[in-house]
Amino acid sequence: MNRKYRLSSVILVVFILIISLFTGCKGGKKGSDQNVTVKMPQDNAVILQDIKQAEKIFNALPSPLESAMLIKSAGARFDANLLNPVTNVNTYVTNKSQALNLGVYTCDLSFASLYEQTQLLIDYMNAAKKMADGLGILKAIEQDDIDKLEENINNVDVIMDVVSQTFMNSNSYLEDNGQPATAAMVLVGGWIEGLYISTQLVDMKGFNGNKLVGRIIDQKLSIDILLNLLKSSKGNPAVDELIIQVTKLSSVFDKISIKTGPVRSEFDAATNTTILKSEVKTDMTPVTFKELSIVVAEIRNSFVK
Amino acid sequence: MRIFKTLPLLALFILAFSGSSDAQCKAFAKKDCLPELSTYTHDGNYHAAVLVEGEEAELYKTFYSDMEYRVAIVGEDKLPMVEFKVLDANKNILYSNKEKDYAKTWDFKLQSSQQLKLVVKVSSFNKPGDTPASGCVAIMFGFKMKK
Repeated sequence: MNRKYRLSSVILVVFILIISLFTGCKGGKKGSDQNVTVKMPQDNAVILQDIKQAEKIFNALPSPLESAMLIKSAGARFDANLLNPVTNVNTYVTNKSQALNLGVYTCDLSFASLYEQTQLLIDYMNAAKKMADGLGILKAIEQDDIDKLEENINNVDVIMDVVSQTFMNSNSYLEDNGQPATAAMVLVGGWIEGLYISTQLVDMKGFNGNKLVGRIIDQKLSIDILLNLLKSSKGNPAVDELIIQVTKLSSVFDKISIKTGPVRSEFDAATNTTILKSEVKTDMTPVTFKELSIVVAEIRNSFVK
Repeated sequence: MRIFKTLPLLALFILAFSGSSDAQCKAFAKKDCLPELSTYTHDGNYHAAVLVEGEEAELYKTFYSDMEYRVAIVGEDKLPMVEFKVLDANKNILYSNKEKDYAKTWDFKLQSSQQLKLVVKVSSFNKPGDTPASGCVAIMFGFKMKK
């Protein structure tokens, strides 16, 4: 064997070991949405104690599908003009813009699917596929999925299953391949798009008692989850920019009041369902709503530009 | 000399299997946890981790008054029972599956939207000196519009 081959073998080994070291390291004890492998102990008692003190924390934002469902359940109308045009798809070339817009397009396609906008649904699924492909997410959205949508274009249940499956394929791929920051950005893109569509659909004439306004107020409950999710990838320059934007949004949400009374569980044996009963008082002035709408639109437009 | 032929193969083997537990977790979640959602629509989010017996995980999520939810929490067969509790913002326990024979799913709906905390714990076989069992635990949510 010649020296050149020997040298290249050693370089390859070192390279592979470095790569495997980095792909195996996914952050500290309080990392979000991370799979953690545990080394087997020599002294089980000591190590077990350490393990017991360890925490894995998941910050679960509403998925794009859930966000779209909330808009629909509030009785909002469909407006295609609010969606991010699929013609923008080729302008997203960075990891950050592709991740954010994978979330944005997934929310848009969920919104289109719930309102049975069949052609839009296919267009937006293709746009989401392009983002997933750009991020190197293998098999997230395959041609079979798009064919299945076309074959079941009038079956909302099948469509929602496909949307949910493809979204899970994307975020699980990113989590499993050591890219929690990218996974977080996808979720942020979807959540902001849902909030943007909601705020744009509110008719100020019917502000008081508007169900959609109620759902927007509810998003205050998720803002700390969103910040914690992003902070778990702090240090990533793209995430750090998002933390600044979301902190600004959080300060507007601080002006909204939510007071919840004690929660009590009641079990309904007939439906095998627990009902969590509680009284809630919320307050958001039209001025705060307008400020919120402006900040959300600024953030969303920075994502889709 | 032979070492220079086998080393790269060994390194490739290590690389190939460094993410295998993650991939297994995903496959487990899809195969064993997702079906537990049954008629509820999976929200598309993926939460899974390798836990060791005695270890805890926490999950924070906002649930909305317009929806009906099912949470499914499933551990691999090699793990002891998986306990889960649901707490409100004041740390009051609203549900514990321990009182329901370690049920894997819980169906609920809310009068008003709430941020809830789920605490998931792998119980312990309690055999000192044994190597603790570890395995994948998956948490998934399904929803449907309130009737």
